[in-house]
Amino acid sequence: MTATTFGWLILLFPLLGMAVISLTFRRMPAAVAGIVGTLAIALGFAAAVCALVALQGQPESHRELTSSLWDYAVSAGLDARLSILVDPLSLFMALVVSGVSTLIHVYSIAYMKSDRGYNRYFAYLNYFVFSMLLLVLAGNFLLLIVGWAFVGAASYLLISFWYRRTTATAAGFKAFVINVFGDVGLVLGTFFIFRHTGTLEFQKAFAAAPHVFSHNDTDLVAGCLLLLVGAFAKSAQVPLHTWLPDAMEGPTPVSALIHAATMVTAGVYLIARMHPFFEIATLAADIGAIIGCLTLVVAATIAVVQTDLKRIIAYSTMSQIGYMVMGVSVGAYSAGLFHLMTHAFFKALLFMAAGSVISAMGGEQSLDRIGGFRRAMPFTFACFIVGGLALSGLPPFSGWLSKDDIIGFLDHRGGGFLILGIFGYLGALLTGIYTFRMIFRTFWGEPVEEARELEHGHLVHHDIPTNPQTGEAEDTDVGFPGPEHHIAERDIAMRAPMATLALLAIIGGVLQIPGVDDVIHNFLKPTFAGSSLAQVDVKPGPSWVGLIIGALVALAGIAIAYGVYVRRPGTSAALQARFSRVHTFLYNKWYFDELIDALVVRPVQWMGRFTESVLERGVIAGGITGGTTGVVRAASAAVRRAQTGFLRYYAAAIIVGLSGMALYFLISAS
Amino acid sequence: MAIGWYLTVSALIFCIGAVGVILRPNPLVILLCLELMLNAGNLALVAFSRMWGHEDGQVFALIVMVVAACEVTVGLGLIVAIYRRRLPINVDDLSELHG
Amino acid sequence: MSAVLFFIAAIGALAGAIGVVAIRNPFYSVLALVCHLIALAALFLLLRAEFVAAGQVVVYAGAVMVLYVFVVAYIGGADEPLHRPGGALKVLAPLFGLAVAIELCIAMLGTVLKGVSTDGAPYVPGFGTPAHIGALFLTTYLFPFEIASLLLLVAAVGAVMLARRRRGLEPDEVVAPRAAVPRAAFTGTMAEAAGFRAGPGTTTEPEKQTEPIGAQTSPPAGVGSARDRSEGGW
Repeated sequence: MTATTFGWLILLFPLLGMAVISLTFRRMPAAVAGIVGTLAIALGFAAAVCALVALQGQPESHRELTSSLWDYAVSAGLDARLSILVDPLSLFMALVVSGVSTLIHVYSIAYMKSDRGYNRYFAYLNYFVFSMLLLVLAGNFLLLIVGWAFVGAASYLLISFWYRRTTATAAGFKAFVINVFGDVGLVLGTFFIFRHTGTLEFQKAFAAAPHVFSHNDTDLVAGCLLLLVGAFAKSAQVPLHTWLPDAMEGPTPVSALIHAATMVTAGVYLIARMHPFFEIATLAADIGAIIGCLTLVVAATIAVVQTDLKRIIAYSTMSQIGYMVMGVSVGAYSAGLFHLMTHAFFKALLFMAAGSVISAMGGEQSLDRIGGFRRAMPFTFACFIVGGLALSGLPPFSGWLSKDDIIGFLDHRGGGFLILGIFGYLGALLTGIYTFRMIFRTFWGEPVEEARELEHGHLVHHDIPTNPQTGEAEDTDVGFPGPEHHIAERDIAMRAPMATLALLAIIGGVLQIPGVDDVIHNFLKPTFAGSSLAQVDVKPGPSWVGLIIGALVALAGIAIAYGVYVRRPGTSAALQARFSRVHTFLYNKWYFDELIDALVVRPVQWMGRFTESVLERGVIAGGITGGTTGVVRAASAAVRRAQTGFLRYYAAAIIVGLSGMALYFLISAS
Repeated sequence: MAIGWYLTVSALIFCIGAVGVILRPNPLVILLCLELMLNAGNLALVAFSRMWGHEDGQVFALIVMVVAACEVTVGLGLIVAIYRRRLPINVDDLSELHG
Repeated sequence: MSAVLFFIAAIGALAGAIGVVAIRNPFYSVLALVCHLIALAALFLLLRAEFVAAGQVVVYAGAVMVLYVFVVAYIGGADEPLHRPGGALKVLAPLFGLAVAIELCIAMLGTVLKGVSTDGAPYVPGFGTPAHIGALFLTTYLFPFEIASLLLLVAAVGAVMLARRRRGLEPDEVVAPRAAVPRAAFTGTMAEAAGFRAGPGTTTEPEKQTEPIGAQTSPPAGVGSARDRSEGGW
């Protein structure tokens, strides 16, 4: 079997899993649905591994394989095919997606056990994985757009999974609307490019790009910027990021899978995939890098002051994706994708551990109420520490090597990129601070009541479950969270994926150590063979300097957090009082929600009302529709007089018509 | 006799039938006048059939007769139904379809 | 000879047609139409359409006209005015008819069809015989033939449905007075055939017979239940 056959199999298994679960969900027992769903993704992962083996068996110049199953519409100037592209980049993404997904499916089996929507959950989850794999394996723009939109839909379904929770449905809407905005950008950008290249196929378009586009060609820059809009919406970059923190309303495994490991990295994948265009339209690439840099700093500053545990991790995700977007935009493809992979490991791990803490608190997510869980949950604690260290970028954890790989590349390119690199270090400092602020406040300090109870083996239960955001009373029926969510300490199905991810978070970095090995770079080389930037070889010496600086910065961040939250516990309150305006500004997330509300939502609402009242009522209903009906009504009122209802008059009319017609023919014949 | 004579007779019968349809208010007689008009058509068809020496016209005439028979059955059924309802048998009084 | 026959038949046909329109009593109108149809059959024979002529006499003048006579007898062929007093159509209708007739005659005279002024195509033996017509019907015109038969069936069913007595749709007071006329049951009245059919064995019969016409406000119980059973028909 060739690599492309395995590529189709990667897509087939999650699709089958979704179909089986959703078609039989009334009869299938819940336990079976979980196993079927997990098995489908595991088989997809196995197929991805087989594809990897098959692909590595090929010579390096033949590692970009396309396969087309069916033609949608193929004619002159249009080639819409059902085709996939199996190359190192797509396979890398497929491996990360299906691998992390498998682990999270296993985790979900236990986590969602008591939920009434168990089968629905797994159907959605399989659908998401299928969409994501379709996105990364797509061999042309058309299928990419399809996968892109599917992923948005799946994300909507999963965020609003507890559909009777008002905050969850609102968050789902928000995510979906912003994602669709991105979809529009992607489609328009595709059009800009398609107009010149005349083909939808990636390979042909990339081959044609240098010939049809000059450097910083206006159309190409516009197209690339529109692609970036799509990427920013999906990857939660400023200013289209506001949906991601709200998306934390979904179940925790969903946050771990979609909003940390896979979907939000789609933008990074898109930029990497479109690198031949971005390397010609360097202006767009630079804008992408600047936005990525901006996002990483903005999100990190917000994360420093937030108190909601899951939202801190969400902002951290935004920040880390900012690194990746910055990386792939400036040409550090392998570094960006390397960070994507390690981030998937440690961020999924952090989410799982956070989910465990939150369930131990009975749904409470505020850091102000959480504290002292160190002894109550040692396993969660260990996982959190591993994830936190990897996120902060401390040696020898994976995040250290991958993040500083990106910054090292920036430093290497020099000039303006050096400034971006400095911001990267600033972000790293903030990362250390907010990560360990979170850890210290959760696990250190005086144990709260729930933690003490847990030390004695009692898990807290609320008599009436409430929505932690609004305090609304809920029940545990379908559409709301189930009666209890298991905490990670106890169930082997949750411990195993967490342990695996923790291990990967620790050792994942060995794949690419400057001067030692370069596995990812070498693996991805065929995809980026045509790129001039990817050929830049960063010397191990400067890389190590960067790595050491990164480690020191992270250490400094952790030290600050330690000083503020552990050694002198009153410091944070004092700081908050001293810089209250800064705190308020950051606590309100730079007022992005309010800004978008004022700039977009309100004008659109106003426009809608205007169109409704003036255009719809006045012009359309009053003028066009009303005018037409008025004309018809007046005319029919006039004609109605002729309808006397007397049969003989009708007959007479027919005869008159007949004689008139006969007369006409007689006259025209003579 | 020349075919033209037959056609003239046919035209006259047709016009007499048409006048009858307009003049008479009794639906039964209106049906009879419709028969007249159909028969005028039949005569013309048969005359043309003779003129060309093809029997197709006669076939048409037979089919017209079938249609006429159908029309008569349905028309008479309607008249009987009107009578059953105690409605006036006069098309001038049956003018509910006025606008 | 044929000219003489033609004129006799043509005059008969036209006279019949005028009779249909002009006679006030519908019964005589029907008889005039029979006359007209027979004359027309003679014209068909002159045109060597023997099968059509036979069909005309047998089916039309025979069967269809019998149907007419029955209906006229049923609804009563009362004399009636030719038109409503003051109807403008009285004047206009002949004018329209005349206009169409003149136009058609002009068309006939001015035609470029040479055959119109001849006696027609040379006679071929067997022209217009049932054998030829039947062959045409079963070969070239098979589809119209089948459609025509279907049409006949539909018309027959439709006529039955239309003329069928529908209980439940008619108001009770329309039916009741008719049945209340004192008369022995099953003496073959038209009213009995048309509607109410109370058997002599029903207990309510004597009372009903003694009641004056129109005094019956509600139908008797036994009859009412029978009516209820068949309610909701067409």
